[in-house]
Amino acid sequence: MKKILLASALLTSSVLMPVVAADYVIDTKGAHASINFQASHLGYSVLAGRFNEFSGNFSYDKDNIAASKVTVTIDTSSFDSNHAKRDKHVRSDDFLDVSKYAQATFVSNKVEDKGNGKLTITGDFTMHGVSKPLIIDAVKIGEGSDPWGGYRAGFSGTATIAMADFGFKKDFGKVDLILHIEGIRQ
Amino acid sequence: MIRNKLLWKNNQQQYGLLGKFLHWLSALAVLTLFASGYWMVELDYSSQWYQTAPHWHESIGILLIAVTLFRLFWRGIAGSPAAITSHSLVEKKASATMIVFLYFVLFSVLISGFLISSANEQAIAVFDWFKVTPVVLAIKNQEDITGLVHYYAAYAIIIFALLHAVAALKHHFIDKDNTLKRMTKL
Repeated sequence: MKKILLASALLTSSVLMPVVAADYVIDTKGAHASINFQASHLGYSVLAGRFNEFSGNFSYDKDNIAASKVTVTIDTSSFDSNHAKRDKHVRSDDFLDVSKYAQATFVSNKVEDKGNGKLTITGDFTMHGVSKPLIIDAVKIGEGSDPWGGYRAGFSGTATIAMADFGFKKDFGKVDLILHIEGIRQ
Repeated sequence: MIRNKLLWKNNQQQYGLLGKFLHWLSALAVLTLFASGYWMVELDYSSQWYQTAPHWHESIGILLIAVTLFRLFWRGIAGSPAAITSHSLVEKKASATMIVFLYFVLFSVLISGFLISSANEQAIAVFDWFKVTPVVLAIKNQEDITGLVHYYAAYAIIIFALLHAVAALKHHFIDKDNTLKRMTKL
């Protein structure tokens, strides 16, 4: 009886309440998300790497995209370009200075629906103690039930930052960020 | 035959030729490594030395590990000269302690350096003559932690070597005893 009451209460509330965007936790545990970067090497080629450790969550509802939000916190010491000495240098005070600035964060403040699954996410990206607006061109890959009883939604996005904007001692120009995010609905 | 032995092996009065050679070779290598390390970490990316200086620094360092292991082995076989009778008990204790300290700090700086290079998880080339298998520890960001040890141990060895040299010069010029000659006389 109690269960039926609870179920009917839930049903009623879901019918009567306005649509609330669902909350997702980014699946870093299962590594179904990655924060990658690409930078130019001498103008001759592309150097790629990533941040191995980060966490975050987002809210998303396909019927109310403007209400979406995303927050990501990156452990800067997890910088990895598959070259220990370069990583050590990038973590040093010439660049990320991770002993002083252990985290980089992105907090969205506007999400626009561009149609066809495309989104523009605007927010503040804070790294090396400097906050700058960042625009992510994102695309929804898909959403739906997973085989283990959960519900997931995934996106990809790109953004570009300039090293000079973040006050690093050394400057190697622009860095492209390539983001793949999968969230598990809570 | 006896003269030959006296020349090569250590005796009660002085170090043998091989012992002297290994000592001064190590001194030269340590100073070269410190100076090159101090200089190379500040090199600009566009410097022509940016790749060769660390490569040579690592090569000399790895060779010095082998030389130092052999030096200890030789010290075990050849023995070391008896303490000079005119030295006070404090001086005898201090010099014996300093030798232990110098070897300890020398191995600390050499091994930590080797572990920085090892963090790339690739074989380390010694002057392109041969390659050494890296040692990868089960710690996160091995290059950062061993880098810190390498940094402080490098300054420590220079400070200890300086004290060691000052003491030797004090014995030579002030006490006018045989201390320094045991390591220089040919």
